[in-house]
Amino acid sequence: MSKSIFEVENLSLHYLGRFGDKTHAVTDVSFKMKQGEILGIAGESGCGKSTLVSGLMGMCIPPLYPTSGDVRVAGESLMNRTVEDIRANVLAQKVSMIPQGAFNALNPVRKIKDIAADVIAAHQSSGVHMNAQEIYQRLRTRFDLFGMDTDRVLNSFPIQLTAGERQRSVIGISTLLNPQMVIADEPTSALDVSTQKEVISMIFDLLDKGVFSTMIFITHELPLLYHVADNIAIMYAGEFVEMGTAEQVVKDPRHPYTKALMGAMLSTEKAQRTRKPVAIEGAPPSLDKPIIGCRFADRCSIARPECKKNKQNLRIVAGREVRCDYAE
Amino acid sequence: MLSNESIVFSAKNVSKTFGAGKNQVTAVNDVSFDIYDGEIISIVGGSGCGKSVLAKIMLGLYPASKGVFLYNGRKISNLKRHWGEVQSVFQDPFSCFNQFFTIRSQLEDAFNIFKKKPSKEEIKRRVDEGLLAVNVTPKDIEGKYSFELSGGQMQRMLLARIFALRPKVLIADEPTSMVDACVRANILDYLMKLKKELHMTIVFVTHDIGLANYVSDRIFIMHEGKIVNAGTPEEVLDKTEEAHTLKLLDDIPEVHKEEWIKNSHRAKNKKVS
Repeated sequence: MSKSIFEVENLSLHYLGRFGDKTHAVTDVSFKMKQGEILGIAGESGCGKSTLVSGLMGMCIPPLYPTSGDVRVAGESLMNRTVEDIRANVLAQKVSMIPQGAFNALNPVRKIKDIAADVIAAHQSSGVHMNAQEIYQRLRTRFDLFGMDTDRVLNSFPIQLTAGERQRSVIGISTLLNPQMVIADEPTSALDVSTQKEVISMIFDLLDKGVFSTMIFITHELPLLYHVADNIAIMYAGEFVEMGTAEQVVKDPRHPYTKALMGAMLSTEKAQRTRKPVAIEGAPPSLDKPIIGCRFADRCSIARPECKKNKQNLRIVAGREVRCDYAE
Repeated sequence: MLSNESIVFSAKNVSKTFGAGKNQVTAVNDVSFDIYDGEIISIVGGSGCGKSVLAKIMLGLYPASKGVFLYNGRKISNLKRHWGEVQSVFQDPFSCFNQFFTIRSQLEDAFNIFKKKPSKEEIKRRVDEGLLAVNVTPKDIEGKYSFELSGGQMQRMLLARIFALRPKVLIADEPTSMVDACVRANILDYLMKLKKELHMTIVFVTHDIGLANYVSDRIFIMHEGKIVNAGTPEEVLDKTEEAHTLKLLDDIPEVHKEEWIKNSHRAKNKKVS
């Protein structure tokens, strides 16, 4: 077994409100990733996906605070470090993020090359200094990989580029310093289906060329995740409720929530076309107080009275981990 | 065949251009179609194909540069009268509500669009009905502002407004693109409920041909400003050879398409085994 490059142990995060009230956004998340693995995280909006991303990068900026647990990249802990320290020594070099909206991530009044130079300047570890020419050369070699008109793109303002080019530039800038881990937080959810396919294809192209190797991909589209990820974790109300290979989770879900989530998907496949997508009734529980029992109990079809009282632990069902005492 | 009286929108060689000279962009290029009463029409295409511009022409927000665009057999001139009958739902519900006023008061203010405003009690009753139609208890949003609700709930508020106002036509411009799969299933249900219960004509703009297939009576496929394919879902999905339609179908990630991305880990593992 090869060594894990990214380890998360019992990570819990909370937001601290103005009056000392806490919102427990992420509870007890643990996983390990090997070099070259792609982990997909799926869940509905508000389930804590993006909070988890902040935690995974060690960027716990108030009002977000770590409650407990640890995150380690290649053995180095990211917890309890200052934001400045994380920014200078971790971000972009060890862990890098591909943000959601490409347009919002780029400064509209600066050229792509200037934005990229800023990223290098901000995240350079002490001692290494590159002059403008070296930076530009490095940018060119990287952007050439994308099959774009490199000189034109680098000397353009974001508004002069198409949606696909912008998303590519963002991915290019994010991976400029060869990070060990890339976290993609819904990189395609604002794009149409054709551009989405292009971007995903490009990400795999970069994986092939060895720009980065390990990735966490976050989205709410389970079918998309099936194509992208090796392993999938389903998140609900701040917890992982099911974790297994993509095949297991998407084709044969066992947790009632995963089943319901798959039931809400539409398909253009002929046999599936007339099947009615079923929405999950109700809303996720409020996370203001720590919840002891099952968080999905109120919306679950197989819930029993004891579900709300007993703590549900991850247990192995049919080769994957499921957080439900009654899943089969 | 349907008679001429039931035509709601009729477009003859409609074009819409922006800019002039060498910067001129043709967003909608010479489209002709009829939309009949009580239909759900989906306009499908990638970003920048002109589908939203077409929706805005239907709402009267843009006049057509060339060609004739008619609503109920007449040109759109009086916008207030037009919006009393044609209403819309947009992509981002948060930009549709003013965050300084309660949602309830804004839903009630929506009735100002009518020349003959119903009585206060009537308005209150209809807003309650609208909220109940989207499975929201009126008490739950009493005194709430838009920033206190989630994206899915806000999208429902927009639909509650439609249920309350009961316009004849609804233009839904990508109402599902910002919400997750669960809420999406909900919204599609409500659109179909609008058609069934209020006999509303609905124009549904989306980039996902799968959604279009599920809700609509007819689908228009747009590409670079032109309608390249039109017909019932069966005609468009099964019997077509048209390249852009096939590409749209092909690009949807789905579980049964094992080789959706040629260079993915999955495709490679399949080849090895």
